[in-house]
Amino acid sequence: MSKSPEEVGGFKNHPPIRVVLAKLGLDGHDRGLKVVARMLRDGGMEVVYLGLRQTTETIIDAVEQEDADVVGISMLNAGHLTLGPRMVGALADAGLDVPVVIGGIVPDEDLPALVDAGVAGVLGPGASADEVVACVVAAADSRG
Amino acid sequence: MCRGGRRLPGLIPVSGVVRSVAELVAAARGGERRAVARLLTLVERGGALADEVAERSWSALGGTPDESADGRRAHVIGVTGPPGAGKSTLVAGWMIRLVERGCRPAVLAVDPSSPLTGGAILGDRVRMADATAAGVFIRSIATRGHAGGLALAVPGMVRVLELGGFDPVVVETVGVGQVEVDVASAADTVLVVVTPGMGDAVQANKAGLLEVADLFAVNKSDRPDAADVRRDLELMLDLSGLTGHHREGVNDRPSITSTVATTGVGLGELADATETHLVKLSAAGILGARREERWRSEVRSHLDRLLLDSSHHLVNGLIRGSLMTGDAASYGTSPAAVARGLALLLAEQMTEHLDGVVEDDR
Ligand code: B12
Ligand SMILES: Nc1nc2c(ncn2[C@@H]2O[C@H](COP(=O)(O)OP(=O)(O)OP(=O)(O)O)[C@@H](O)[C@H]2O)c(=O)[nH]1
Ligand SMILES: [Mg+2]
Repeated sequence: MSKSPEEVGGFKNHPPIRVVLAKLGLDGHDRGLKVVARMLRDGGMEVVYLGLRQTTETIIDAVEQEDADVVGISMLNAGHLTLGPRMVGALADAGLDVPVVIGGIVPDEDLPALVDAGVAGVLGPGASADEVVACVVAAADSRG
Repeated sequence: MCRGGRRLPGLIPVSGVVRSVAELVAAARGGERRAVARLLTLVERGGALADEVAERSWSALGGTPDESADGRRAHVIGVTGPPGAGKSTLVAGWMIRLVERGCRPAVLAVDPSSPLTGGAILGDRVRMADATAAGVFIRSIATRGHAGGLALAVPGMVRVLELGGFDPVVVETVGVGQVEVDVASAADTVLVVVTPGMGDAVQANKAGLLEVADLFAVNKSDRPDAADVRRDLELMLDLSGLTGHHREGVNDRPSITSTVATTGVGLGELADATETHLVKLSAAGILGARREERWRSEVRSHLDRLLLDSSHHLVNGLIRGSLMTGDAASYGTSPAAVARGLALLLAEQMTEHLDGVVEDDR
C-alpha cells in the first residue's frame, strides 16, 4: 500500500471518511474487525475502533460524538438478521443519517432481508482490502 | 480512488436539516451534542468555515482570544505519557467520578495518522465505554500530519467544547515514547502518567517530563515495583527543585498520585489534585497568562503549518528545477551555501504561493 493521502482521499484534499467499527452483543470473533480496521486505515480512513461487546446505544453515542460517516459492524455469530436491522432502525430513530455496512458470516439467502432493512453493504470471508475499502466508500457516498 | 458525491463542506445537514455555522453555534451553546460534534468536524477540516466557527465561538464565549477573564472558560487538562501507560483507562474512570460530582466533562483523544495513507485507527474509546455510558462526551482525533502529540485543530476543538458548556475538557495526547511538549502550551494543567516497568523510560525522558508536568499519576500501582517508580520520581523532583526546572509560575513541586485505573484506586484523589492545581493557578494570577500563551502558540502552529505546507511543495520544485538542471551552480558547491541561495528563491516564491493559499481559503 503506497497510495498517497491525495489518492486515497486523505487529509490533504478531502477530509478522510470517518468510520465507527464495532461488534454488537456477545460475539467474540474480533479478528476480522481488527483486520478490517487496518484495511480501512490503509485506505486513508479514520477508524474509530470500539471493539467487542457494544450495544446499539454505545454505537449511537459514538456515531453522534464522532460525527461518523459510516458504521461498520462485524457479525460472525449468526445474529445479523436480528441485529443488522435493529442497528439501522436505531440510527434512523436517533435521526442519524449514517449507513451501516456488515461483514462476517452472512449466508447468501439472508442478503435480501438485510438489503430490505436498509443495510448499505455486506461482505464475507476472504473480502480483499480493496473490496472492503470500496464497500465503505460506496456507503459513505450513498449519503449524498 | 474515486470518492465522488461527498457532502459539500458548506452544507451541514444534521437530522435532515441544513444548519449554518451561526445556528450550530447557538445550538451548541444550548448544549446540543450533535451540534457540538458537527462544529468539531468543521474546525478539524480547517479553512473558511473553521475560521467562522472560531470567530463565533470567541464572541459567544463573551471574550477575545487574549482576554484573561476565566468566566465561561473550561479547565483544560492535558494528559500525556508513554503508550499503554493507561491514559485512556485513567481518564475514563476519573471523568466518571467528575460526572458524579456534577461536572460535565469532555475528552479529546488524539491518535496518530499514518504518514503514508493519511488513515488512522483511533482506539482510545475502547477503554472509555463506561464513561460514554455515564454521559462523558468523547471525540477521537487523528493527528492528520501534525507532529508533537496533538492535532493542529485541538485548541479550536477545545473552544467548541467550552462553548458546549463542557468543563473540564481533557486532552489525551498520542502515546509517545518521548513525552511531547505540545500539550504544555495547549492546556491549563498537564498530567503526566507514568507506570512501573518503565523506570528507564522515565529516567531517559526526565527533562521532558519535568518540564511539562504539573501533576503526576503513577498508574498501575497494583504492580509490585510501583513504589520504586514513585520514589524515583520524587527524587527527580527534589533535584529539579534545586535547579528550578519546573514550569514557571507555580513554585510547588508537582503532586504525585498513585492510581490503579482499572479498579479506580486513587482517581478521586487525582480529581482533587487537578482541581487544586486550577485553584492555585488562579490564585497565583497566572491562569490568564497561560491562556494568552495558549492563544499565541495556537497562532504559531497554524503559521508553522502554513509555511511548512507551502515550502514543502516549493522546495520539491526547486530541487527538481534549479538543482537538477545545474542552475544552482552559481551559488557555489558547498551544500549549505547552495541551500542558502535556494532559500532566497524560495522566499520569493512563497510570497506568491501564500497569496494563492490565503485567497483559496476565503
Ligand atoms: C478464528 C475463529 C474463532 C476464534 C476467534 C478468535 C478471535 N478473537 O476472533 C475462536 C476460537 C475464539 C472462535 C470461537 C467460536 N467460534 Co469461531 N470461528 C473462527 C473462524 C475459524 C475464523 C474467523 C476469522 O477470524 N476469520 C478471519 C477474518 C479476517 O475473517 P472475517 O472475520 O470473516 O472478516 C472478513 C470478512 O468477513 C469481512 N468483514 C468482517 N467484518 C467486517 C466488517 C466490515 C465493516 C466490513 C466492511 C467487512 C468485514 O472482511 C474481513 C476480511 O476479509 C470461523 C470460520 C470461518 N472460516 O470464518 C469460525 C466461526 C466464525 N466460529 C463459529 C463458532 C460457532 C464459534 C463458537 C460459538 C464455538 C465454536 N464452535 O468454536 C465460538 C464462539 C466465540 C464467541 N465468544 O463468540 C462459527 C459460526 C457459525 C455461524 N455464524 O453460523 C464459524 C463460522 C465456524 C463454523 N463453520 O461453524 N472462533
Ligand atoms: N494492571 C493494570 N493495568 C492497567 C491499569 N490501567 C490501565 N491498565 C491496562 O493497560 C492497558 C493500556 O491501557 P490504555 O488505557 O489503553 O493506555 P493508554 O495510555 O491510553 O494507551 P495509548 O493510548 O495506546 O497510548 C490496558 O490493557 C489497560 O487495561 C492499572 O492501573 N493497572
Ligand atoms: Mg489511549
